Amino acid sequence: MKRLFKGGRVVDPANGRDGLFDVLIDGDRIVRVAKDIPPDGAHVVDVPAGFVVVPGLFDMHVHLREPGQEHKETVATGTASAVVGGFTAVACMPNTTPINDNAGVTEYILQKAAQAGLARVYPIGAVSKGSNGDQLADIAELRAAGCVGVSDDGRPVKTALLMRRALEYTAMFNMPVLEHCEDPSLKGEGVAHEGYHASTLGLRGIPGVAESIMAQRDIALAELTGGAVHICHMSAMESLRAVREGKGHGARVTCEVAPHHFTMTDEALASPVSYDTNVKMNPPLRAAADRDEMLKGIADGSVDCIATDHAPHHYDEKKVEFDVAPFGIVGLETCVPICFDRLVHPGLITLSRLIELLSVNPSRILNVASGALSDGAVADITILVPDLQVTVDPARFKSKSRNTPFGGWQLKGGVAATIVGGRTVYMNDAAAGAGRFK
Amino acid sequence: MTTRQVEAPPISALRHKDLLGISDLTADEILLILDTAEAMREIGDRPIKKVPALRGKTVVNLFFEASTRTRTSFEIAEKRLSADTLNIAATASSVVKGETLVDTALNLEAMAPDMIVLRHAASGACHLLSRICRAGIINAGDGMHEHPTQALLDAFTIREHKKSIAGLKVAIIGDLLHSRVLRSNVQLLTKLGADVWVSGPPTLMPAGIERQGVRKTTSVDEAVEGADVVMLLRLQIERMQGMFFPSLREYFTVFGMTRERLKLAKHDVIIMHPGPMNRGVEIDSEVADGPYSVILEQVSNGVSVRMAVLYLLAGGAEHETAV
Ligand SMILES: [Zn+2]
Repeated sequence: MKRLFKGGRVVDPANGRDGLFDVLIDGDRIVRVAKDIPPDGAHVVDVPAGFVVVPGLFDMHVHLREPGQEHKETVATGTASAVVGGFTAVACMPNTTPINDNAGVTEYILQKAAQAGLARVYPIGAVSKGSNGDQLADIAELRAAGCVGVSDDGRPVKTALLMRRALEYTAMFNMPVLEHCEDPSLKGEGVAHEGYHASTLGLRGIPGVAESIMAQRDIALAELTGGAVHICHMSAMESLRAVREGKGHGARVTCEVAPHHFTMTDEALASPVSYDTNVKMNPPLRAAADRDEMLKGIADGSVDCIATDHAPHHYDEKKVEFDVAPFGIVGLETCVPICFDRLVHPGLITLSRLIELLSVNPSRILNVASGALSDGAVADITILVPDLQVTVDPARFKSKSRNTPFGGWQLKGGVAATIVGGRTVYMNDAAAGAGRFK
Repeated sequence: MTTRQVEAPPISALRHKDLLGISDLTADEILLILDTAEAMREIGDRPIKKVPALRGKTVVNLFFEASTRTRTSFEIAEKRLSADTLNIAATASSVVKGETLVDTALNLEAMAPDMIVLRHAASGACHLLSRICRAGIINAGDGMHEHPTQALLDAFTIREHKKSIAGLKVAIIGDLLHSRVLRSNVQLLTKLGADVWVSGPPTLMPAGIERQGVRKTTSVDEAVEGADVVMLLRLQIERMQGMFFPSLREYFTVFGMTRERLKLAKHDVIIMHPGPMNRGVEIDSEVADGPYSVILEQVSNGVSVRMAVLYLLAGGAEHETAV
């Protein structure tokens, strides 16, 4: 079946487009993007005014929890959450039970993703067996099974030597190592950003340099080996400084920032609710200066991607003392509204730059053929509504978990529809006209 | 009472259901508790040390950390006010069977206690309970966060000796980083206008402590010089040696409170310690047992202060029973 999206604004930075274009789809492919394409028998969808057609969004850092932690999330619920959030693809971290350190687990995840038939799932394999940091996992086998990167996320790659080997080895596949930067000794038993607020509340601190020291190690090793390192969920200004410097030297380093790290600060530990376990994540919410630096990096181009670090946890797991609650919050369904409200509408970045952060660059870093509305490309498309008024209601999340600090936030900007392989997998009832994409 | 003329609270009741920390109290509320504690102390001097103020009320002492001193003090306070008390020590309860803090609290709630006195190793544990319990929560020490009744009894003791707290130089010395006594005292003393100095090894200095209105120095001499009050904090020596400071001997040399060092303070300085003390580590026995020490008074004042807190939270001045 052919569909023609007519007359909408198309923002497609990979092809240098931002203007009114028609998009013709046939089956799972984009046939053509051009002005005034004749219908020629295609089903015509008049794109409502105020809607924007963009390449499918790609969240390169999520935890789908399956196999093994299905009480938190499954591939089915996680991808349902993704498409509500406007994401046509996600990359899922290997810290499942068992760890995704072999082709069997990778294939299992991909099979579940195919059954769900919602967002595309790109597994990230483990760097080391069991993510223990002792021996390299079978990386070629993981890649052959469908992994697009490797990471020991949840923890850093244990030693500099193993990181060096991983970067050397993955370079032969042109595949990045995604690093959870954290010096374990500096993190210690920390649960919150080291500073005034943690101090006053009697919470053990994690300084920003616990992250940046590891980022510096990894960037130095990327330079040495020619391998590609990607700094996950960057939170500290010192890390961004290291990334900028590394990029200046030509190191193959990229980085991502999560929405909570460019919106919130450690003040949230104390108010509006003190010791709210939904503001406990790792890396922690940092000082205002760090948050502002993340915004600066997003604006000036030194930050490559926005990724949510979607980390679902069961209600019971979070309803405990702050010290013992698990780290992490869900993020897929709040990302787009936050990005519009805090980045695009205040004029910090253009919509085109946002699409680079949420689609073009993740695709490029993981070498996945997406992130562009090119003729002949797979029809992964997101329809955005920049002016949609959104109130975050965790009770309505499609994710199995509701651990978010954004409940009740009123934001401007949202998703109208999500199209994966030419098939509309999500339409937002709250966006008038979204039903046309059925 | 002379102190009343100096610092008399214009209020007669607390607005709160809980006492989670000094950070929730205004200066007036602190003064109200201290004044009420003075009235309560008189009960302890009577031949029959009991009043019916909390008759028919149930108070649960829920202690997840061993603390004979604080628990006993609360228990005596509760009994003097005629409350029905129930002691639950974590090891003896279902906590060992993997029940969560929330479950334990909800099970207690089913028995409709009026107050829960909670001691717990996690900062914020009392806040968690206050959000789910109808009973009033009294924080008897939560992790590294606060220990409000300790700070109140410290203030009560200081006031006895110095009349007013405003303008006093108070030096707090020791393991600042892990101390809930420090955090409560800093809140309280700064609210009442004291000039608070904190000192200890830089490795045990909480980040951003100076933003709480105190002055910090690694020189104990500087902190003690001209001090009206010197308060020493306990070191948890088992877990600290080697990482936070090289040895107990070196700690005592650099930070220990000796008679020699104390000469820098005012001639009528008082020495305080929340206990239990490590003699020869943070404090020399000569000082602990010397004429300036009010350490044992702190212990006995604890009962009066805890009576005041229980009384005010359980209904305070609205309660018909006179003390
Ligand atoms: Zn991580």
